[in-house]
Amino acid sequence: MGDTSELGERVQKLQGVGSALLRKEDARFIRGQGLYIDDIKLPGMLFGAIVRSPYAHARINSIDKSKALAAPGVVAVLTADDLKPVNLHWMPTVAGDVQAVLADKKVCFQYQEIAMVLATDRYAAYDGAALVEVEYQELPAIVDPKKALTADAPVIREDIADKKEVGHGPRTHPNHIFTWEAGNKAAADAAFAGAAVTVREEILNPRVHPCPLEACGCVASFDKATGYLIVYVTSQIPHLFRTVLAMLSGIAESKIRVVGGDIGGGFGNKVPIYPGYVVATVASIVTGVPIKWIESRIDNISTTGFARDYHCVGELAADRDGRIKGLRFSALADHGAFNSHVSASKLPAGLFSICTGSYGIPNAYCRVDAVYTNKAPGGVAYRCSLRVTEAVYLIERMMDVLAQKLGMDKAEIRSRNFVRPEQFPYTTAFGWTLDSGAYQAALEKVLKAVDYQALRREQAAKRADPNCPTLMGIGLSTFTEIVGAGPTKVCDILGIGLFDSCEIRVHPTGAVIARLGTMSQGQGHATTYAQIIATELGLPAADIVIEEGDTDKAPYGAGTWGSRSTPVAGAAAAQAARKVRDKARKIAAHLLEVGEGDLEWEVDRFKVKGNPSQAKTMKEICMVSHTGNLPPGMEQGLNAVAYYDPPNLTYPFGAYLCVVDIDKFTGEIKVRRFYALDDCGTRINPMVIEGQIHGGLTEAYAVAMGQQIPFDESGNHLGNSLMDYFLPTAVETPHWETDHTVTPCPHHPIGAKGVAESPHVGGIPCFSNAVIDAFAHLGVTHMDMPHSAYRVWQKCQALGLNKRQERG
Amino acid sequence: MIPPAFDYHAPRSLGEALSLLSDLGSEAKLLAGGHSLLPMMKLRFAQPAHLIDLTRIADLRGIREEGGNLVIGAMTTEAELLASAVVRGKVPLLAEGAASIADPQVRYKGTIGGDISHGDPGNDHPALMLALDATFVLTGPKGKRSVKADGYFLGLYATQLAPEEILTEIRIPIPVAGSGWSYQKLKRKTGDFATAATAVLLQMKSTSVARVAIALTNAGPTALRAKAAEAALLGKPINEASLQDAARLAMSICAPTPDQRGDAAYKTAMCGEMTRRALQAAAARATG
Amino acid sequence: MAKKHNVSFRLNGKPVAVEVEARELLIHTLREKLAHTGPHIGCETSHCGACTVDCNGMSVKSCTVLTVQCEGAEVLTVEGLERNGVLHAIQQAFHEEHGLQCGYCTPGMVTRAYRLLQENPNPSEQEIRYGLAGNLCRCTGYQNIVKAVQSAAKKLAAAPAAA
Repeated sequence: MGDTSELGERVQKLQGVGSALLRKEDARFIRGQGLYIDDIKLPGMLFGAIVRSPYAHARINSIDKSKALAAPGVVAVLTADDLKPVNLHWMPTVAGDVQAVLADKKVCFQYQEIAMVLATDRYAAYDGAALVEVEYQELPAIVDPKKALTADAPVIREDIADKKEVGHGPRTHPNHIFTWEAGNKAAADAAFAGAAVTVREEILNPRVHPCPLEACGCVASFDKATGYLIVYVTSQIPHLFRTVLAMLSGIAESKIRVVGGDIGGGFGNKVPIYPGYVVATVASIVTGVPIKWIESRIDNISTTGFARDYHCVGELAADRDGRIKGLRFSALADHGAFNSHVSASKLPAGLFSICTGSYGIPNAYCRVDAVYTNKAPGGVAYRCSLRVTEAVYLIERMMDVLAQKLGMDKAEIRSRNFVRPEQFPYTTAFGWTLDSGAYQAALEKVLKAVDYQALRREQAAKRADPNCPTLMGIGLSTFTEIVGAGPTKVCDILGIGLFDSCEIRVHPTGAVIARLGTMSQGQGHATTYAQIIATELGLPAADIVIEEGDTDKAPYGAGTWGSRSTPVAGAAAAQAARKVRDKARKIAAHLLEVGEGDLEWEVDRFKVKGNPSQAKTMKEICMVSHTGNLPPGMEQGLNAVAYYDPPNLTYPFGAYLCVVDIDKFTGEIKVRRFYALDDCGTRINPMVIEGQIHGGLTEAYAVAMGQQIPFDESGNHLGNSLMDYFLPTAVETPHWETDHTVTPCPHHPIGAKGVAESPHVGGIPCFSNAVIDAFAHLGVTHMDMPHSAYRVWQKCQALGLNKRQERG
Repeated sequence: MIPPAFDYHAPRSLGEALSLLSDLGSEAKLLAGGHSLLPMMKLRFAQPAHLIDLTRIADLRGIREEGGNLVIGAMTTEAELLASAVVRGKVPLLAEGAASIADPQVRYKGTIGGDISHGDPGNDHPALMLALDATFVLTGPKGKRSVKADGYFLGLYATQLAPEEILTEIRIPIPVAGSGWSYQKLKRKTGDFATAATAVLLQMKSTSVARVAIALTNAGPTALRAKAAEAALLGKPINEASLQDAARLAMSICAPTPDQRGDAAYKTAMCGEMTRRALQAAAARATG
Repeated sequence: MAKKHNVSFRLNGKPVAVEVEARELLIHTLREKLAHTGPHIGCETSHCGACTVDCNGMSVKSCTVLTVQCEGAEVLTVEGLERNGVLHAIQQAFHEEHGLQCGYCTPGMVTRAYRLLQENPNPSEQEIRYGLAGNLCRCTGYQNIVKAVQSAAKKLAAAPAAA
C-alpha cells in the first residue's frame, strides 16, 4: 500500500510487461552492425556454390566435374558419390521420409541440388558451378497433385517404391504419402444427412513462399584436431538442428555447436534442414576448413520450404437459422518431391484440425491426403502456425459461403455460431481445448469502430447504381489461432518434446543475464523477454541481457516458429524468474528476521506485512545472495533454470474487417480500410505487437492479392524471382488500423498467448472475403487466390461487368 | 548472381567509344545505366566479352532547348529528366513517363538512351518517343544520321541502330502550348514493367481533337503507334463513342506476349482501357 | 588470370583503394574487401534494395554497379551516418518509431531515406512511400518506416546540423 504515484514510478522504472519499451536490438541494426550469416568470415574459408537441375523430373546419366575442377580457385566438386562413404547422400526428414541431399541417379524437382563446387572465393565457385556438365534424360513430370494418384502416373520416388508407409500410415500408391483424419466421420455425415441447409465449395490455398529478405545459408567449420564442429546457420531451431546433425554425422552432440546469430527474417522458411547445410557440413568435415554456402534469391524461392498448396473441399451443414451442425473439410496436400516439412511427428497435417475456428460446431470431420509431385519439398511454412493458415482460411471462407446461401449478414452468422464466453475452456469437436476467448465482444468492437451498418448501406447504394465504376466489398475474419507448440503429450519432433527453457543468472549488482531456447529472427526477444523478467524480478529491463541461439550456452529449446516463443519460452522465463524470487523471499525473510509468510512482494521489493518501512529490494538481495549472510544451509547465488512443458497450446483470436473497392475495368483492387483487432491475452510490449500485426497483415495482403509459385506442365518455374513473385512495396501496402482486447490465457504464468502469426492467419481470409463479397450480389460464392488484377478482371469479364453503354 | 568475366573499357570521348566498338565488334556491349544489362549478366543470360562504359563521356549528357526542340543527351538519367525544369515544364509527358519507370535507385542510373536502345517492348521510353514524334541521332564511324522514332523499333531487342553505332542524342519537338498529355501505365506493382500502357499527346480545337498521337507499351514486339485510332479521333470530341472507337482500334493492333502479368486477352483489353484513360486525362489537361 | 583494376574512391569520408576484376560488384567489394557488411544482399535481380548505398549524391543499388565504375566516387553506407558517436536523425527516428524488426532491410532503407530527405526535406506520406519503392521490407509492413521518415524530417528541419 504505498503512495500510488511513487508506486507507479517504480513500475515505470522497470519497463516491464506492458511497457512500449524501445528495442535493445536496434542499436546494432541501425548502424549496420548486425551479424548475419553472410557477414561471417573465417580464416581459410571456402565458398560453396550448388549446381542445380534444370529439369523437374529426369534421370542423371553422368556428371563430369573435370572442367570445373580445372577452373581457377576450385578446390573440390562434391556429388552424391562423394557423400555415399558417409551415408549422407540421403538424409531422414523429421516428417518420416528421406530426402536426397545431392541427387543420386535422378532428380525430382527443378533446381534440385546435384553438386556443390568448393572454391577459394564466391566468384570462382560460381564460375566452377557453370562448368559442371550433367547429362540428363528427361522424364514426364507431375505438376498437378490431382494427377499424382492415377494408375498411369509416373513414379516420382523410386527410392521408396517398396515402402508401404513413410511415417504416417499405409500408402495406397507410389506417389501417395499419407492420409490423415480427425474427428468423427459418422457423426458428421449424420449431421449433413439431417441438415436443413448444406454448402460445399472447392477452395484452393495456392503454393506460396515466405521469402524472407535474407536467404538461407551457413558457415560450417570442423576442426580436425579437436573433432569439434561449429555451424553458423540461418536456423529458427538451433538445438533441434544440433541434435539432427549429431544423428546424421555421428559426431557427439557435445562436440557440435550451432550458432544462430542475427537472422534476416524467418517466417518458417528457416526451420527445415536443407541439403545445402548438410553438404557444407560434410565438406568441412572432409576438408577441415570452414565452408560457407549462401543461396541466391531464385534458389530460395525455387527450392526452400514453400507454404500451403492445399486443394480443399469445405462443407458445412446448418439449420435454417444458420446454426452450424456439421463440418467436413478435406484437403489434397501437394508436398512436393519429398515430405520434408517440419511438423510435429504425430501431426503430419499440423494443426489443421483447428478448423472449427471460433465456432461451436458439434460434429466435425477432416481428412488430408498428401501426395508427391515434381516440385520442391515443403508445405508447413510462412507464418502458418502449422497449417493453421489453411484451416482458418477454409472456415472463414465457408462462413461467408453459408451466410450467402442463407441470405444472412456475414457478421450475424458469425455471432450466431461463436463459442460463448461462459463455455470456456471449450473443447472442440476435434479435441482442442480453447483456453479463453471473447469473440462477440471483439467483433462488436470492430463493427462499431468502422460503422459496419453504414458500410453495408454504402455497398447497397453502389450496387444499385449501374454507373458505379467500382465494386465495393466488405470482408470479415473472426479467427481463432492455435499457437505455442506444445505439450509433450500432444506433439514432438523426432520424439523430442516441444518444451522450452530459460536459464537466469543474477549478478551481485542487480544485473541479469537470461538465456532461452528460442531464436528470434526479428521478433524483439532481447526486449520482450527482458520485460517479462523485469516484472517478475523487480529489476529494470535495461539491465537484463537476453541471449538466444548459441547451443553451447542456451538451454535446450525447440526454437521460434508457430508463435511459440511467448507461450512456451516466455512461460519458462516467468517460471525461472519466480524460482529466483522464491529464493530471494527466503533471503529477505532471513534479513528482516520474519517468516516468509510475513512478507508481501510489491513491484521491486519484499515488505513486512503491517510494517511496510521494513523492506528489502530485489537489488539489495542480489548483492546479499553472493555473501555469507544467508539462511542456514542455503547455497550462494540467485540463479534458476526452468523447462516449461505447456499444459495446452494457447488460442489468440481476433476480428478483422476489410473494405475494398474493385475497378471493374482493370480488376485492380484498392484496400480502402483494414481494421485489425487482436487479442493475445497479456500484452508484453504494445509497440512490438503492433509491429508484428503490421508485418503479418502485409504478408497476408501479399498472399491474398498476388503471390503464387506457378509452373508449366513440365514442372518448370514460371515466376521464381522478385521480378514476378509479389512482394509489395511501401506504395501498394495498405494503411493498417490496429486495436485490441485483452482476454488472458488462464494456463500461462503471465496470461499471455502468442500473436505474431495471427495477422497472417486472420488477414488472408479477410482480404479474400472482401474481394468475393464485392461480387456476392451476383451469385459469386468463391474465387481462388491470388486476387491479382488479371484474375479479378477475368471474373468481371465473365460476369459482363465491364461493358460500357454507348452514349452519343 | 555473379557475372562471367569480361574486359572493361571506359572511353572518355565519343570517338574513343566508337573505335572500341569497331574493333571489338559483336563481342562488345555498350554499358549505359547498366540496370538492364548487368542483371542479365548476373543471371548469365548475356555474356559479352567486353563492356564499353559510356558514363564518362560528357558529350552524351545534357538537356537543352534548341530551335523548338528539346535535345537530350542519350546518357541522361531518368532522375536528371525528372529534375529538369525544362522537361517538366515543356515536355511533361516525358516526365510523367520517366516517373513510372522502376524505382528511385534505378532512375538515378537508368538512362533514356539505354531504355530506348535495349529494344525491349516493356520499356516505357519507346512509346513516349513515338507519341512525341522524336528523332534519334545515331553516331557511327562515318558520322551522324537522324532516324525518326517511328520506324526505329524493329522487333524484340532489335532497332535500327547498327552494330557500329551509338545512340547519342534524342530530339523532341516541344509540344505546342495548350497540348494535353498523359501516360497511363497499368502494372502489378510500382516499378513493374507495364501490363499495358498508353502515351497520348493531343491538341484540341475547341471541343474537337485537332491532333493526336497514341502509342502503346508492351502490346507487341515493339512499341506501337495506334495510327488507326488516331485517325478516327481527328475532328471528333472526346466522348464515350469516340473513346470506345479509339480503344477498339488500339486493341486491334495489339499482339501482346502472355506472361505472369496476364494472357493476351487481358493485356489487349488493358491496352484499350489505358488508351481510354490516357485520352481522357490528356483531354482534361488540354486547353485551346 | 582475369585482369585486375586498381580503383580508388572515398568510403564514408575516408580514402580507400582496392584491386578488383572488372566484373566485381560494388556490394561485394564493400562487404568483403572493405569489411563494410552494413549493406546486404537480398536478391540478384536488382529489386529488393537491401544493397542500397549513396554514391556521388545518389541512391544506388550497389549490386548493380561495377566497382570499376566507382573510380573517384564518394560513397556513403549506413556505417557512415553516425558522426562522432552521434546517431543521424534518421537512425534515431527508426529506433524511436520501431521502423525495423529483423534489421536486414534497415541499412539500405536508412541510406535511401537519407537521400530521400535531401531530395525532399518535407515529403508527404505518399511521397515517402513512392520514394522508398526501391526498398523491400518483409517484417514491418512499412507503416512505422513511414513514421520514422516523417519523424526524421521534423528532426532535421529543427536542427539542420544533424543532416
